[in-house]
Amino acid sequence: MAVTLLRAEGLVRRYGSRTVVDVDAFEVPDAGITAVLGPNGAGKSTLFRLLLLLEKPDAGRIYFDDRPVRRGGRAVRRRMAGVFQRPYLFAGTVEENVAFALGPRHGSARERDARVAELLDALGLTPMAALPVRALSGGESQRVALARALAPRPELLLLDEPTAALDVATRRRFREELAAMARTHAGTVLLFTQDPADAFALADRIAVMEAGRIVQTGPPEALVLEPATPFIAALTGAELRLEGVVRDREDGLLVVAVGPAETVVRTADRGDVSPGMRVHVAYRPEDLTLLPADAPIETSARNRFHLRVTAVGPSAGVVRVRLEGDVVLCAAVSRPSAEALGLAPGRTVVAQLKATAARVLRAAW
Amino acid sequence: MDSFYDVVREAVRLLIGLDPALLEIVLRSLRVSGLALLVGVVVGLPVGVGVGLARFPGRRVVVALIHTGFALPPVVVGLFAYLLLSRSGPMGELELIFTQFGMVAAQAVIAAPYIAGISLAAVQAVPHDVRLQARALGVSRPAAVRAHLREARLGLAAAVVAGFGVVISELGAVLLVGGDVVGETRVMTTAIVAETREGDLAAALALAIVLLALALVVNVLLTRAQQGGGRAWGAEAEPTWR
Repeated sequence: MAVTLLRAEGLVRRYGSRTVVDVDAFEVPDAGITAVLGPNGAGKSTLFRLLLLLEKPDAGRIYFDDRPVRRGGRAVRRRMAGVFQRPYLFAGTVEENVAFALGPRHGSARERDARVAELLDALGLTPMAALPVRALSGGESQRVALARALAPRPELLLLDEPTAALDVATRRRFREELAAMARTHAGTVLLFTQDPADAFALADRIAVMEAGRIVQTGPPEALVLEPATPFIAALTGAELRLEGVVRDREDGLLVVAVGPAETVVRTADRGDVSPGMRVHVAYRPEDLTLLPADAPIETSARNRFHLRVTAVGPSAGVVRVRLEGDVVLCAAVSRPSAEALGLAPGRTVVAQLKATAARVLRAAW
Repeated sequence: MDSFYDVVREAVRLLIGLDPALLEIVLRSLRVSGLALLVGVVVGLPVGVGVGLARFPGRRVVVALIHTGFALPPVVVGLFAYLLLSRSGPMGELELIFTQFGMVAAQAVIAAPYIAGISLAAVQAVPHDVRLQARALGVSRPAAVRAHLREARLGLAAAVVAGFGVVISELGAVLLVGGDVVGETRVMTTAIVAETREGDLAAALALAIVLLALALVVNVLLTRAQQGGGRAWGAEAEPTWR
């Protein structure tokens, strides 16, 4: 069996003069959950329809199981199933919907009935099997749509924003069900989402899509540690307020002059930037250490700023603190630490950031 | 002239007694309109469904033509049918004027665009995404079209029922083409006019009650057809999605 189940090469889709999808190369490994993560308008839904063979690309090829998909791709479409963001449930009962895609090639009538019963049970839909679909809530409808897509045992299950239209509580519960069902009943899952929570909770591998292109692909931790673009850094919770110009390389670190005061910030080095280049300096708020203004220097942190607290965000757990001075930073500290430091607007503190915790990202401008 | 109550009493007596003359007219009406409906369905339903599902150059013109046919005044259809079928008309040799065949033809011309128009609307009211959704589940293109038509089935049934409602209550065309020949082409609507003119108000009222009862049945069926259907969840009531 192929290691890569689905592969797209040079895939382009244009609507009029606008290029909506322009993907050089994209692979879905033959196992686990891959997420395509991107903002609204990134071209995710178009890519979803292209890979599901519901729409023809203007250029490019799609390979399934290492074989090029031929015109129409009927044989390949039988091996895939897709669930739309707002799946349409056909008129009839829950049970009839789940059985929709099952035919003689899926076994005898008894086997098909057993498959439907198995999925109804797995998704907690058995009590409502005979109900008309119009009687269902949003979460129940989404579960019916999932069961219906899983019924023919697709080798590849594609999900377009499966939690986007659910309320917060239902979304959390459905996400858990989705993870369990996907791993038990589907071979490989390709999840399209704009919600980092979906991608990071469910996926083994994330492909980030921006403006029609796949800009970074990797395991979730790689995206957090090595975001390729400011957008990915922001998606993974990094702060991107610092913008500046690379001045030099020193002791294996980059020296970046940040803000109007050209404050020096030392960051981890990366090969693709050079002095004179404009960059964002990304850091995670929880990587900032706050100390009293008069605290002795006892750490190896290469970045140290005297800043004034301008805002302290209300929070039950982690407190977000806005700090201003030569640079503007945002820190996230535990509530006990915030109380011990007496953090309040007007108070001056020292903010320390290890150079290895700061990363430069090439600015878009 | 008999009092209103006498007329009603006599009409009810005719209905309860299953007056043979009355029964003959009712059965002839059902036969003529039933056959016209059959022809209208055979022609109109595939046209409405086909135009509703397909996208092709000139589709808008075809839709406009169907809608024009939809609004054809029956008396105008009757006039054209009369001109065509009359002894001196281009189809005079067929000798269909003042026959039930002629009436069926005229009524079929009225029913077909009506059925086509309503079935077109029914098919279009189903979101296109139904077919996409079906195909996304791996079924063939014909199976996806079947899923679409299944979603539209109540609307399609409504088209047939409404078509029947139009032809059974139609007067102008059957009067001109059929000529209201007693025992030959007299149907309920033409009989009501004739009996009223001749002063047999009880017979006219009895036929009117039968027509009203049929209209009631048609309306009940139409109302039931408007209920049910699938659902794109998130949509408010009707299955309109995106």
